[in-house]
Amino acid sequence: MKSDPNLHDGSAKEYAVVVDQLRKSFDSKEEVLKGIDLKILKGKITFLIGFSGTGKSVLLKHLLGVHKPTSGEVEVLGHKLSKMSQKELIEVRKKFGVLFQAAALFDDHTVLENVLFPLNEHRQDLSQQQRIEIATARLTQVGLDKKHFQKLPSEISGGMQKRVGLARAIALNPEIIIYDEPTTGLDPIITEMVDNLIIETHQHQEGVTSIVVSHDLTAAFRLADYIAMLDAGTVLLYGTPDEFLASEHELVRKFVDKGIHRK
Amino acid sequence: MKRIIESIQNFSHELVTSIGDFFYNTLIIETGKIGVFFIDSVSWWFKKPYRWKEVITHMEFVGNKSMIIIMLTGAFTGLVFTFQAWVGLSIVNAENLIGPTVGLGITRELGPVLTGLIIAARAGGAMAARLGTMRVTEQIDALEVMGVDAKNYLVAPRILASVISTPLLTAVFDFVALGGGYFLNTYVLHLDPAVFLDKTRFFVDPSDINEGLIKSAVFGLFFATICTYRGYNTKGGAKGVGDATNQGVVASMVSIIIIDYFLTKIIGMFKGYGI
Repeated sequence: MKSDPNLHDGSAKEYAVVVDQLRKSFDSKEEVLKGIDLKILKGKITFLIGFSGTGKSVLLKHLLGVHKPTSGEVEVLGHKLSKMSQKELIEVRKKFGVLFQAAALFDDHTVLENVLFPLNEHRQDLSQQQRIEIATARLTQVGLDKKHFQKLPSEISGGMQKRVGLARAIALNPEIIIYDEPTTGLDPIITEMVDNLIIETHQHQEGVTSIVVSHDLTAAFRLADYIAMLDAGTVLLYGTPDEFLASEHELVRKFVDKGIHRK
Repeated sequence: MKRIIESIQNFSHELVTSIGDFFYNTLIIETGKIGVFFIDSVSWWFKKPYRWKEVITHMEFVGNKSMIIIMLTGAFTGLVFTFQAWVGLSIVNAENLIGPTVGLGITRELGPVLTGLIIAARAGGAMAARLGTMRVTEQIDALEVMGVDAKNYLVAPRILASVISTPLLTAVFDFVALGGGYFLNTYVLHLDPAVFLDKTRFFVDPSDINEGLIKSAVFGLFFATICTYRGYNTKGGAKGVGDATNQGVVASMVSIIIIDYFLTKIIGMFKGYGI
């Protein structure tokens, strides 16, 4: 099934990401993505859900320009990624903030240095003091106490690492924030904390587009403006949470029922 | 009888296939990939942003932190080499040539090769493990999506630091090894120290020392490239990191020994003692 036609009505400027007939196979083996069509609206929270091995992570890496499509096109904020040089890709990536599943903090940098890193790389126009002030503000925004700023990632809890990862992701005021399975493997309390962080960050960062790759249906129904379900390398259903709940599609029902049952 | 012949045929087929596979995959394909990786990485030496701070940090790790182990190895290499030279040369009453024998052997060969091997094991292994861990914990992906080229930030400074540090360590190795040789010659074998120094000065030319330093710079380039390549392309979890480290160190050490032969031959052609 193609993406919800209702979402195609707006002009191209309304979309943060446009994926057009994206196909990907590795080493000439079976296709992982089999013609993905997806238009993600600016300023909204969109969840990408699906069973394991359906191509969510591969799609995500295409959005970031890490993978090149076998065919098709990915357009991010009006830039066609497949036609870009490495240097141009680097410029586009500055508009992204990514929170990785395991936070992916630099383990030889302190908490503050981790958040300072993108600022030191891309905001040389600011003084070191200004950069520290921004990093401190971001860490405070995600609720991290000042006493942890000089600790190494290994010295703080998993939940705090997620906060630092998010602070780093939003350090440059990105236009798109990507959350890669942000709650996988976390306990219910930390999961709720991360969910709240997502919604608070979305509200705090004006106009930001949030893309969340997740298995967590509860969070999807609570936070998402739109949900796209992937199956076997295609978009099975793309719509609002209500449309999802109302869907009669067998696989969608199975996913929703299992997800709700598990909770 | 027929079964035995079939077994031999199967074994021969497998042997030839695996040898062919080794030469094709390991020597040709892998060498090509490492070559591309090397060019991609080293091109960042000449492009902004320059990573001088990272280069200094890695020089401190590759160079400074290897100093003790290099001095220790150098001292004992000098001692044992001098002793063996004395055993051989005393047979023909040529003890006065101990100095130049040790001097030439250390500066041209043992200094650069042993330094290269030790640093490949110590620093090269650490590089492969560090980058491998960064790869499997998505730290390299994080760098890339923050708009930072991982080869520029992680690989190019490590290779440059190794190219600079390995000759410096070799110079330390040479100095300490010759000191060890002088000590054994003078205080253990009770031979004339003036003869040791005078003959060494006469036969060991600065170009011999330079030859060793050039070789060690090339060894630094090779082990750093191979180890960072292995680490950068690590797949899987902890096992992948272990495999990358192991393969990086082994490939670096074997490469150093092989390259040494060809470098000796090339430098020999320039110096007029080509073989």
